[in-house]
Amino acid sequence: MDLFHNLAIGFSTAAQPANLLYAFSGCLLGTLIGVLPGLGPLATIAMLLPITYALPPEAALIMLAGIYYGAQYGGSTTAIVVNLPGESSSVVTTIDGYQMAKQGRAGVALSTAAIGSFFAGCVATLALAALAGPLTAAALLFGPKEFFALMILGLILASVLSSGPFIEGVGMVVLGMLLSLVGTDLSSGTQRFAFGVPQLFDGLDFVPLAMGIFGFAEIVKNLEQDDKLSLVTQKIANLFPTREDFRRMIPAMLRGTTLGTLLGVLPGGGAVLSSFASYTLEKKLSKHPEQFGKGAIEGIAGPESANNAGAQTSFIPLLTLGVPSNVVMALMVGAMNIHNIQPGPEVMTKNPALFWGLIASMWVGNLMLLILNLPLVGLWVKLLTIPYRYLFPAIMVFCSIGVYSINGGTFEIYEAAAFCVFGYVLIKLQLPAAPLLLGLVLGPAIEENFRRAMVLSRGDASVFLTSPLSAGLLAAAAVAVILITLPAIRARREEALQE
Amino acid sequence: MMARFAIRDQRAFAAGALFLGFAIFFYVVALGYPAGTAARMGPGYFPRMLAIVLAAIGLAVMVRAMRSTAERQPLRQWDWKGLAWVTGSVILFALLLFPLGLVGSLFVLIVVSSKASHEFTWKGALANAAVLIALCLLVFVYGLGLRLPVWPALFN
Repeated sequence: MDLFHNLAIGFSTAAQPANLLYAFSGCLLGTLIGVLPGLGPLATIAMLLPITYALPPEAALIMLAGIYYGAQYGGSTTAIVVNLPGESSSVVTTIDGYQMAKQGRAGVALSTAAIGSFFAGCVATLALAALAGPLTAAALLFGPKEFFALMILGLILASVLSSGPFIEGVGMVVLGMLLSLVGTDLSSGTQRFAFGVPQLFDGLDFVPLAMGIFGFAEIVKNLEQDDKLSLVTQKIANLFPTREDFRRMIPAMLRGTTLGTLLGVLPGGGAVLSSFASYTLEKKLSKHPEQFGKGAIEGIAGPESANNAGAQTSFIPLLTLGVPSNVVMALMVGAMNIHNIQPGPEVMTKNPALFWGLIASMWVGNLMLLILNLPLVGLWVKLLTIPYRYLFPAIMVFCSIGVYSINGGTFEIYEAAAFCVFGYVLIKLQLPAAPLLLGLVLGPAIEENFRRAMVLSRGDASVFLTSPLSAGLLAAAAVAVILITLPAIRARREEALQE
Repeated sequence: MMARFAIRDQRAFAAGALFLGFAIFFYVVALGYPAGTAARMGPGYFPRMLAIVLAAIGLAVMVRAMRSTAERQPLRQWDWKGLAWVTGSVILFALLLFPLGLVGSLFVLIVVSSKASHEFTWKGALANAAVLIALCLLVFVYGLGLRLPVWPALFN
């Protein structure tokens, strides 16, 4: 069968000793940085990006994927042990995870998260492998208007899922798209919004922007809060869930995995949506809803499986359609561009070893995390005891060197400093940064496809509605907008997204 | 901003104003680029379209912030000092990287940024600088072979 043939290609790439080593170091470094409070996968990947510049493309992507899962895993550890989510997808893990930790069951909570993530990772790898072929074939049917509609859907869903009012999320998307216009207009060669600064002719770089907003501005915010971490001080002794624990966590894992695998594929979806949805589902189905928030193991097993499955299947739109579905995937686009890979349907046909190798290495990475993390949990927890006053200068050092090494010039460092101020303004105004970054990344492709579609239709905008596929995608976007503006659903969403 | 004017949600009002400000800026600059027609769009068409959308969103957010049903939300306190130390240390790093080399500029970055913490001590900051500089040299310069100026330009 094709699937097994492809997976065999993948595993022969992923299992090369060098690539195993890169996957391993990616997982290790990702966990190491991701476990530090306030550093989510995005900041972790951005910081570690320069390490992968010198590697061959396969190795670089394999390592970055490892960093991603590692950082996400590290985020769960912080969520459970210090009640501090590393990023929004581990917000729900804090609810029951920290309660379990306070009851002296931190070890069980951590191993539940690990086992759930691993199981979900296995299933999602298979789903990714099985879906990649058909979706890539579908992508070849896409013309400019379909791509335009798909990206609009993705951006709408991303704004729906961001915290804060929907309209402000859309505003951030549009602002991001405007920022993406900085640089050379490809069709006419005109310099737009560059003001004669040569470093801006290629546009605003994604990495200094992400570092400024998610690295530096986040530090200013953390310094201001000034409160002590509520670290669980008991020794983490028992890692093994009891038989009763298993009985309760297995069904939750199965449901979480299914939910995450499906929701991850949605543009705009991914880990965050999956984990929230899974928590809500578990609470609804449970015979003991009153235990939720007081240390219910289902509240960890479900969301942790869901977010890992979602994280993995969110690679599907990127690898098959070339459309990043969330901010982390947007950063992966940046990483691929550095290695001259244009994400999209061509990757699979032109470079099967890279494509399937990446997929296979995801499974390998999940296995490594399981083996790596449970025994080392004590070490990760120790890392958390480093006082923030020593930690944040270190983060600043890594970010600054990382930004410098993009082009080997200081311009990007100034750019990051400017976005630190901008990011701080966003934090103060409670405006979500994720939609801004997605708008920034998707902006050029949206403009290009929009202009091409309009040329083909001789300026008739109704083509977007007369083509069945693009009309369907736009209709889905419209439904999302209508649903989100209905009062009843708005209230539910606020409940689910509140932090 | 005066609270007796009906701006109940100051946060949202400021957010809307931010959108509107950016929209005006981009629109005005985009007026300098040819717009073309819908069938043959010039470089100015898409930016103007986006700027109009953003302006509409900005206005909507501002109007909503003034409605009597809006939740009362004052603007939050700003920590200008922390922001200045952190941003300033990054700018200093960029300025000093070539004249002072990595060792000197990292030293400045670490010490100046440490000042942003309420728990700043000279002893702690200096020790941290020593450890981090050694780590960076090991990892980035000798380990990964990144091309960075290590020592001050004077010595080269």
